[in-house]
Amino acid sequence: MKPHSADPCCRLGDASPRFRGRIVAVVAGLSDSALGPEELERRLVEMGFVEGAAVELRHQGLFRGDPIAVQVDGTMVALRRREAHAILVSAGD
Amino acid sequence: MNQISATDRTARIALAGNPNCGKTALFNVLTGNRQKVANYPGVTVERKEGPLVTPAGRMTRVLDLPGTYSLRARSPDEVITRDAVLGRLAGEQPPDLLLCVVSATAPRVGLRLALELKRLGRPMLLVLNMADIARHRGITIDEAQLSAALGVPVVSSVAVRRGGTAQLLAAIDEALNQPGPEAGDPADWTAPSAGELRAMQREADRILKLAVTEPGRPDSVTARLDAVLLHPVAGLLVLLAILFVMFQAVFTWAQPLMQAITAGFDLLGNLAAVWLPPGLFSSFIRDGVIGGVGSVIVFLPQILILFLFILLLEDLGYMARAAFLMDRIMGGAGLHGRAFIPLLSSFACAIPGIMATRVIDSRRDRLATILVAPLMTCSARIPVYTLIIGAFIPARPVFGGLSLQGLVMFGLYAVGIASALGMSFLFKRVLWRKTPPEPFMLELPDYKLPRLRSVSLGLLQRAKIFLRRAGTTIASMMVVIWFLASVPLPPINATQPAINYSFAARIGHLMEPVLKPVGFNWQIDVALVPGMAAREVAVASLGTVYSIQSGKQADTALGSMLAGKWSLATALALLAWYIFAPQCASTLAAVRRETNSRGWTLFLFSYMLGLAYLAAFATYQIAVLLGAG
Repeated sequence: MKPHSADPCCRLGDASPRFRGRIVAVVAGLSDSALGPEELERRLVEMGFVEGAAVELRHQGLFRGDPIAVQVDGTMVALRRREAHAILVSAGD
Repeated sequence: MNQISATDRTARIALAGNPNCGKTALFNVLTGNRQKVANYPGVTVERKEGPLVTPAGRMTRVLDLPGTYSLRARSPDEVITRDAVLGRLAGEQPPDLLLCVVSATAPRVGLRLALELKRLGRPMLLVLNMADIARHRGITIDEAQLSAALGVPVVSSVAVRRGGTAQLLAAIDEALNQPGPEAGDPADWTAPSAGELRAMQREADRILKLAVTEPGRPDSVTARLDAVLLHPVAGLLVLLAILFVMFQAVFTWAQPLMQAITAGFDLLGNLAAVWLPPGLFSSFIRDGVIGGVGSVIVFLPQILILFLFILLLEDLGYMARAAFLMDRIMGGAGLHGRAFIPLLSSFACAIPGIMATRVIDSRRDRLATILVAPLMTCSARIPVYTLIIGAFIPARPVFGGLSLQGLVMFGLYAVGIASALGMSFLFKRVLWRKTPPEPFMLELPDYKLPRLRSVSLGLLQRAKIFLRRAGTTIASMMVVIWFLASVPLPPINATQPAINYSFAARIGHLMEPVLKPVGFNWQIDVALVPGMAAREVAVASLGTVYSIQSGKQADTALGSMLAGKWSLATALALLAWYIFAPQCASTLAAVRRETNSRGWTLFLFSYMLGLAYLAAFATYQIAVLLGAG
């Protein structure tokens, strides 16, 4: 499968509110989550974070902007930035 | 083997799906209020089952499985779902028909689970639930196309509307008429890898493109509400306001009902006094049975109001938001954002709170939540607090209109919360220093209006559980305490009150040396013993002990009687004791079951008892120093 747009611009975990884009890749190794990379990848995929999905960062918490609420193709998912670091996104629709 | 012939006649249908897909609402409609709620053996995961007679007259049993995103099972809840679907549960047949429930409003993630379930090769129906909301939002789903692409029959349903399940019921009959494929060996099943999951999601997305047209605008009501409710500052303020209203309601709305219940039991006691010949048996009925059970049932209104709020917030879809808002704050205390809901439920009762921890995936986070949940002020402490505050704290306004009594009550709650957070922080620092924090990942469902039916069913179940407890555990403890306080009878030429000759007095005197430094007299010591069964029993026991002692009937005068017998220091020490004391056998049993560890249960009991003793000791000694002895 071809990447959807240009090069990955950033990790979803670094994005600011109202960021819109598409998922380019899920690379569990980019996150220092307590879960192992394989398990983190599976969980992210189960919540709908797969390549090509449209994402929008809708809300963030009060302290250090953590956790974040992300709209993924019609579902709103809350997660911490630490885990969201594993999701590479490119900006734009 | 009658078991097998019985299942031949009664087909078993299992409901599986993501959390928040409206599965439980569907279950409620299919089975009505004939459902049975129990626990799976060995774990405190609720098992809901109910009968359903299909339009063709077929007897079936419907099982509601805990919501899950995958059969990979990370929490105890999801293990049950996996094992039930695979037919691995001991003593249970695999289901004859699987209803995979998918929310028609957000079918993407549900459809991936459907593909995973389909791989099992069991007879299956895909149910597009909440079809009305989806239509309202302009989402159209081509069921024939979807069914063809998936290879399983597809029906829509509107669980919350009359007649909304007609199509589903017909499809169930049709599916059950067809001979199912041979069940595969459950041992053959292996968890899908990340690659397989990704392939399934791509397949689901492909099918969605074929069969579903979405207008591309997400639910605007939810978006507008979330702009406020998930706002970093406003959201937290709203959450605080909701909690404030909830506690106000518990204490004020419940009052008239509680007074009515008290009046009812007083009347019953007076009737018994009139109808029964005076003597031991009359005392047993009045003080032991009527007084004891009445003193506990009076809390039913408060418990129901608390659960009403929790059920409404859950149905509304707000609870997940509360977890989101609290994640970082709870994280500071070493707790998981998801621990917020169990801890909130613990204000009603620690047992449902401990049961609710099963939504937390990580064992460590779950354990930390279980260990501090009993520190949250449960409703069983309310009678103890109310009695002592009413008797010892003057009802005068302070700080311009705030009631001093209310303020003390609030303080007790605050100390409970603070100690729960403090202890979990300590556990994290001492017990789990090296483990990094577990992830927090949670779907935030669209808001929907709570349904009267599901809320009232939930309340009814809570009321049943509470009354069963009051009627069995608590009533039998009351009989025991009455017996201990009445037997042996005093000698004919007794000079002291009858109770001073009883077993209860002997037990109390035995405990006195240990509890004297915290300011407790032997009557309190006696009341602490049956209080082990349930905290609220301590009040009833004090009533029984003092009424048998004075020969008068225990009633609302208990407070003023205590005010004359205890010093303020003793009263305050007892309040401090009750913030921490692990005085509830059923909570300990729930912890034992849930942690599956005698060691952790013992640890919980010891640390809470130690805190209770220290707190009561410090309170008593300081109060005496300040002249309240």
